Order: sequence, then structure tokens, then C-alpha cells
Amino acid sequence: MRPAKTFWTHAALVLAALVFGIPFLWMLSTAVKPIGETLSNPPKWIPSQVLWSNFPDAIMYGSKQAGFIPFVVYLRNTVIITALAVAGSVVSNAVVGYAFGRLKWPGRDLFFGVTLATMMVPFPVTMVPTFSLFKWLGWVGTFKPLWVPAYLGSAFSIFLLRQFFRTIPNELSEAAKIDGASEWVIFTDVVLPLARPALAVVALFSFMGAWNDFLGPLIYLVDQRTFTLSLGLQAYQTQHGGTPWNLLMAASLLVIAPIILVFFFAQKAFIQGIATTGIK
Amino acid sequence: MKQRREGWVGWLFAAPWVVGFTLLMLYPLVSSLVASFTNYSILRQPKFIGVDNYVELSKDTVFHQSLANTLLYALGAVPLGTVLAIALALLLNAKVKGMPVYRTLLFLPTLVPMVAQATLFLWVFNGDYGILNALLRKIGMNPPNWLGEPMWAKWTLVAIAVWGCGNAMVIYLAGLQNVPPTLYEAAELDGAKAWAKTRHVTLPMLSPVILFNVVMGIIGSIQVFAVPQVMFPGGAPARSTYMFAMYLYDNAFQFQRMGYASAMGWIMFLIILGLTLVSLRLSDRHVHYETS
Repeated sequence: MRPAKTFWTHAALVLAALVFGIPFLWMLSTAVKPIGETLSNPPKWIPSQVLWSNFPDAIMYGSKQAGFIPFVVYLRNTVIITALAVAGSVVSNAVVGYAFGRLKWPGRDLFFGVTLATMMVPFPVTMVPTFSLFKWLGWVGTFKPLWVPAYLGSAFSIFLLRQFFRTIPNELSEAAKIDGASEWVIFTDVVLPLARPALAVVALFSFMGAWNDFLGPLIYLVDQRTFTLSLGLQAYQTQHGGTPWNLLMAASLLVIAPIILVFFFAQKAFIQGIATTGIK
Repeated sequence: MKQRREGWVGWLFAAPWVVGFTLLMLYPLVSSLVASFTNYSILRQPKFIGVDNYVELSKDTVFHQSLANTLLYALGAVPLGTVLAIALALLLNAKVKGMPVYRTLLFLPTLVPMVAQATLFLWVFNGDYGILNALLRKIGMNPPNWLGEPMWAKWTLVAIAVWGCGNAMVIYLAGLQNVPPTLYEAAELDGAKAWAKTRHVTLPMLSPVILFNVVMGIIGSIQVFAVPQVMFPGGAPARSTYMFAMYLYDNAFQFQRMGYASAMGWIMFLIILGLTLVSLRLSDRHVHYETS
């Protein structure tokens, strides 16, 4: 590329990164400020002292009233639900994607069309009967409504994996079949190892979905001890009659940090994974 | 014989989704359609009331307002998000140093949980102490209290949506990397400049991905819930941020009117269906598919 063009590309990228990054810098700056300086006008970017103790304070916030450390309990709950949901969605969508992408069965194409159409069904339409169903099962107030459905597949991930599976040459399966491999062995030993990037994308999407979910926990979780971070963060903000901004930002930062770390190391595989799955 | 056996294996592999589709999609869809013609609530036995819920919705001014708010929000968020996401993807597809850092920075907002986004932007848009107004005052403007004025509050939600356009951006980026380099070489031989290449090679090749993202964007924005629910409980100020999904949630779980909420859910579904079909129809002439 010509030097002038490279310069302008960098300039545009820096500008975009700045606009997208300012809210984060503002969050970081607020998170380490003494409470007095959060309400200064005009705002100070650099606090007079960096209060790292805001982080432990944010974690301990509300533990006196609750009788336990809310942040730690919320974190544990979120990790449990997310781990179960990610495992379930990778396994179930891989199996189902394989059925749609590489096996022949009567009704497959019709069912696939219907599956694609379900992507248009908004969550609120199915929300009420699903709630009644889980209530009937006695699952309201437990984590089950939040992770069990992940084991039953989701249209978007099925679609993603089906597209990917179709790009794997059929000769590989045929060769394994001649060697006497069963369909299950072809799936686990031939196709799955080649599908790692696509599986990573599904895992990341379902990780983000479960970690960020707000409406699900809002509907199904009742007791404060079962809350997730999303629900807890909202409670921080409203229930205690307004948490100090510096602690609120410190807590938000703690919620975001693990996701950012995961993504930074996974970003190349992630983008390649999407490229190879070929959304069209 | 072999065909029969393979068919059986196929259904077996698809079994988790057969169960999921039946229990968590088909059954709830049918059940909510039936419930929308009843006065169903958790508290009492449902009674069939015909189209009363739909008639009431047609007169419910709160419903009309939430619908208008949501459509305005989508009308702002989808086009702005699409243009910005494509522009950023084009930038991020350039071959310059430090790309992983730029990509991560621009994707970061998408990774932020909705509730954390809402919390952060309550603080960014804060009329007195927020950073946005501090910057605007520094350049001599007299900015409004974004969160407190019905005229502006909705647009803060659009801004947050656009800020989080990273998912679409990444999908565009992947689409760009799938454009065969030979097409650009051919265009260069014909003397095409940068804009001409974007206009006549990149955008047509990207058009199926654009359609996909626009449709997903519409579906997502009509359902917007978490950010407005956390930022503006009850849709304050003056219900200007009260969204379709918030009113639906309130009817189902606050007012215990699940039949009414089901009718709203079906209307939402039909709106999404209609908008999707319109997008598909409008795009018919403009979307270019590789015949392979």
C-alpha cells in the first residue's frame, strides 16, 4: 500500500478506536476515583489519587445487608450457568448441524427451512408458554430454564455449523465408511476435528449469550442468592438506593474483564471461524 | 434398504433439535396463539374471550406508544448500524500494522454485557457529571440532559446500539475476506479507482451478507429490552423509552395479563415477519448471489 494511504487508514482507525474507546476510559477513570471526585464539574480524567481499594469495596458492596458477598455469589452462579450452557450448545448444535449438513434423511430439507424460519420468532412470543412449561416442571427459581435449553440446539448455531460441515470434502467420510467406520465415528473422528474453528465460534456466541443474558434470569430467578452478574449489576444500581458511581463502574469493569481477555486471545480464530462458515 | 437405515440415523442425530423445536418453539408458538384469545394469567383458569385482546390492543395508547418508540428506535439503529459496521469492516480489512489491536478495540463494545452497557451509558450521558456533556461544553455548546428529556432519551439508546455494532462488523469483515482477489485485479486492469472498486466489486459481493445483517438487525431491534429496561425503568421520561418488549414483559409478569401479553407477542412476530419479507423483496434486485 502507498504510504499516504497507509497513513490515512491508520488515522481513521485511531479515530474510530478513540470514539469507541472513550466510554471505556471513562469507566476506568471513574472506577479508581474517590467518591468525591466522581461528582466534580467539569469532570476530571485523572483522579488525584488512584483508589485501587474501590475494587474490593465494589466486591464487598451490599454484603452486610445480604449476609453473604453478593458479587462472589453472582459470579459463581454466572460461571455455572455459562459453563453448562456452552458445553450443551457446542455438543447439541454439532450433532444437529451434522445431521443437516452431511446426512440424508427424509424430510431434512423441509425441516431445515422451518428451522431457518424460527430465527424470525422473537423470544417474547414463546416467553409466556415456556415460562408456564418450566413452572409446571417446578424449575422456576432454579438454573435449569437457563441452561437446559442449550442442550436442545439453536437455529442460528445449527445453521452456522451446517454451512461449515458442507464445505468438508465428502471423500473423507466415504473413505472412513469403506474402512467400516460407523456414522458416529465419522462424526467424532473425521469431521469434528476439522470443524474446530466453527465450533469455537459457536462456543463464543453461546458464551456471550449466557454471560450477558438478562431477560432469562429476570424471569426465572427469584432468590437473590441465585442471581447472575447481569441481574446483580442492575440490583446494585437500583435496589440500594443508588450505588456510588465509582463502585458501580468498578463492578462493571470486573464483569467485563474476563470477556475481553478471552476475546483478545481468541480473536484471530474467531474471525477466521466466521469467514470459513460463510454466512450467506 | 441402505437409504432407510441412513434416514433413521439422520433423525437420530437431529433428535436434540427435534425435541427442542417441538417443546421450546412449536408448542409455545401454538400455545401463545391460543392464549392470545383468552384472559389467561397465572392466577386463574383461562377463559376464551375471542379477539378481545386484539381489540383492546388496537385502542391501548400505551401499546401504541411502545410500538412507535420501538419502530423509531429500529429506524435509527438499523441503518446507522449497517453503514457504520460496513465502513469499519472496510477499514479493518486494510493491510496495516497493529490490526489485532484495532479489531479488538472496535469489537470490545459488543462484548460488554447489556446491563453493564446500560450502567456505563447512564454515566456517560449523565447531564451534570457525564463525559459527553463535559466534552460538548468544552467546545462551547450547551448540551441538554440527554436522559431526562423525552425528545433525546430514545436517541441515547440508538447511540448505544450503534456503539455495539461489532457483531455485524465482524460478519462483514469475514465476508470481505471471502471476496476473491482476482475480482479486484480485473477491476484494476480496467482502471478502477478505490471508490469504483468498493462500489462495483466489494458491495455487490457483500450484498448477501448485508441482507443477512439487516434482517438480523431488524429482528434484534424490535425485541430490544435489556438496555432500556435497566436505563429507563418504566420507560421514563414520559414513556419515551418504553419499548414493545418492556410493555409485553410488564403485562406478562407485572400485571399478570398473560393472554394480553401473548397477543402482543404474536403481533411482534407478525411485524418481524412482515419487515423481513419486505427486506427480502426490496433487496431482490440488488443482492448478488454467486452461482456455484
